[in-house]
Amino acid sequence: MTTATHAHADHEHHGPPSGLKRWLFSTNHKDIGTMYLVFALIMLFLGGASAMVIRAELFMPGLQLVQPDLYNNLVTNHALIMIFGAVMPAAAGLANWMIPLMIGAPDMALPRMNNLSFWILPAAALMLILSFVVPFFPGGGTQINTGWTLYPPLSLQVGMSMDFLIFAIHLLGVSSVLASINIIVTIFNMRAPGLRMMQLPIFVWAWLVTAFLLILVVPVLAAGVTMLLFDRHFGTSFFIAAGGGDPVLFQHLFWFFGHPEVYILILPSLGVLASILPTFSRKPLFGHHSLVGAMIAIAALGMIVWAHHQYTVGMSLAAVKYFMIMTILISIPVGLIIFNYMMTMWRGAMTFETPMLFTVAIILMFSFGGLTGVMLAVVPADMQYHDSMFVVAHFHYVLLPGAVWGLFAGVFYWLPKWTGHMYDEKLAKTFFWLHVVSFNITFFPQHFIGLAGMPRRIVDYNVMFTEFNMISSVGAFFFGISHLLFLYIIIKTVRGGEKAKARAWESAQGLEWEVESPPPHHTWTTPPTIKTA
Amino acid sequence: MERDPDVRKASGRMVLWLGALTIGMFGFGFALVPLYNLYCQVVGIQSADQQRALNVQARVDPLGEVQDRWVTVRFDTTVHPSLPWALESNERSLRVRPGEIHEVMFVASNRSSAKVTGQALPTVIPWQANDFFNKTECFCFVKQTLDGGERREMPLRFVVSPALPDGVTSLTLSYNFMHLDG
Repeated sequence: MTTATHAHADHEHHGPPSGLKRWLFSTNHKDIGTMYLVFALIMLFLGGASAMVIRAELFMPGLQLVQPDLYNNLVTNHALIMIFGAVMPAAAGLANWMIPLMIGAPDMALPRMNNLSFWILPAAALMLILSFVVPFFPGGGTQINTGWTLYPPLSLQVGMSMDFLIFAIHLLGVSSVLASINIIVTIFNMRAPGLRMMQLPIFVWAWLVTAFLLILVVPVLAAGVTMLLFDRHFGTSFFIAAGGGDPVLFQHLFWFFGHPEVYILILPSLGVLASILPTFSRKPLFGHHSLVGAMIAIAALGMIVWAHHQYTVGMSLAAVKYFMIMTILISIPVGLIIFNYMMTMWRGAMTFETPMLFTVAIILMFSFGGLTGVMLAVVPADMQYHDSMFVVAHFHYVLLPGAVWGLFAGVFYWLPKWTGHMYDEKLAKTFFWLHVVSFNITFFPQHFIGLAGMPRRIVDYNVMFTEFNMISSVGAFFFGISHLLFLYIIIKTVRGGEKAKARAWESAQGLEWEVESPPPHHTWTTPPTIKTA
Repeated sequence: MERDPDVRKASGRMVLWLGALTIGMFGFGFALVPLYNLYCQVVGIQSADQQRALNVQARVDPLGEVQDRWVTVRFDTTVHPSLPWALESNERSLRVRPGEIHEVMFVASNRSSAKVTGQALPTVIPWQANDFFNKTECFCFVKQTLDGGERREMPLRFVVSPALPDGVTSLTLSYNFMHLDG
């Protein structure tokens, strides 16, 4: 069916313009998707490099490599680069590439805005890097030693690098809101005729929910950092206690964004899994509609639990009780997703190609991170764990499996589609094992040192924590190195390899597998016919 | 790429709605500044600090009968970096009985040659003990101005209220000396 449609479409559509213009002025969802993914990969290495310095410093107690302020700036950068630079653009890259293919649309609904929302990103990244570079020069002020949460009063005292960071956050926010508007409009208006909302793949649904979350919470963060900027330069006192303001207010604004942000990072990846699981289990997805419901429930609950990040600020008992109960409630829809995924595998004819290996590892280790999450939700327990390395271990167990591995799984799953070549399965499996084992060596010991009392975001530590920190650092170095292998696999696949069929995986379902691999520059110029089930 | 005009129109309308939602949420961020306060007042959930202020009425007369139990009171001083002073107390800690009046001397010395004004902000830890620690005389009540190189002894007189909850066996009084301009 599809080959026929493309043959006659050739006279009106030609290939992409050549050279730099193809990328600078691109309005093509595939090219923009590729740029998002490449950008995310570069940022992954930048954020990873700062993590490597952090782990090298923590290899031994005492100060070896970096001074405390520089250390805390690296912690800040690691978080911001990974969240805003790596995970969100990578998820947006997948959305750009896959959503039009999956819903039978010729492109995104707003192609020019798509170009804009990508090209804001390099500018934002430049601002973010400048905020790190500026303090090294005379008169550059202090380093950003606040962590990514930017709590006042400390963030009011940091030098001009904080202003660079605030503008970087504004730009990143504009970019992701524009991308979200585009995705929502595309999903609502560009579906192939006859494709109903409830027939959409879970990945598309996950992104629809994510896009709405982004539109609802990113502007609140923008408002928060704008107030920070006003307090710093224009004499307002939103967060200055001496002027009648309240520093805790910033925490409420920040986490009103910050907690939904967690689901913004995780939902697209969970959506990817819903595409991968049926393929390698050779069974239809279990509970499609309930997955949609669970994702909407997660988004709704996720917006009203933000203050569980601030149990220790002195809220009243009634308030913390509310936030505790609502937070624990989230484990129900999340558990539903996990069980649906397990039921999809149940009695399936499973094979374990790399995307599936990642998926199984995600279900296992994301659940583990969820379990420590329930521990942290409990107020009296959280009072003990607050700001300890236990929290660091918890959110890395949630975000690496939950967000990053889902993106890796998606990249391996769709790489044959994008490049037209199969990746090297042997190398990819080596990468998987190296990555997952070293991940556990890195972060599992951090649970123990956290429970034993090692605080996070501090450059030095008591000598009693030395052994576990050494184990953690050694694991981290292997973890870091594993990404070079990932880069090599990608480059190798782009350059060549076994030719991939249109349906690269034998039992893959979905419209994206009906176009050739690699897809021509323009696809679905004639919408596909939807089989009515 | 040509588009179906109906789709274009529907898309345009939707962009407007979503753009309005974005701007609305930006405004909502600012609206939260008064809204948080309003919400807590209407619903009646105060922060722990506000609730404590309501309890002040229930504070018992500090000069009740002297009790036969012991509480350790520690003294801690911090001087803000912008204030060129040194601050010390003649006692680092005292064992007191609730109801007894005690006096501790604090010595501030101006290490610069200029005249400087500062004021101390007291904090009691744990905060649950704050209402039961009564300062009858304190140098923190007023601004202190020291000439260049001047050294001044400043008294603190306090009573731990007999109503102090049984669980509190030690508390810390922390002074943070801040620089005041003019």
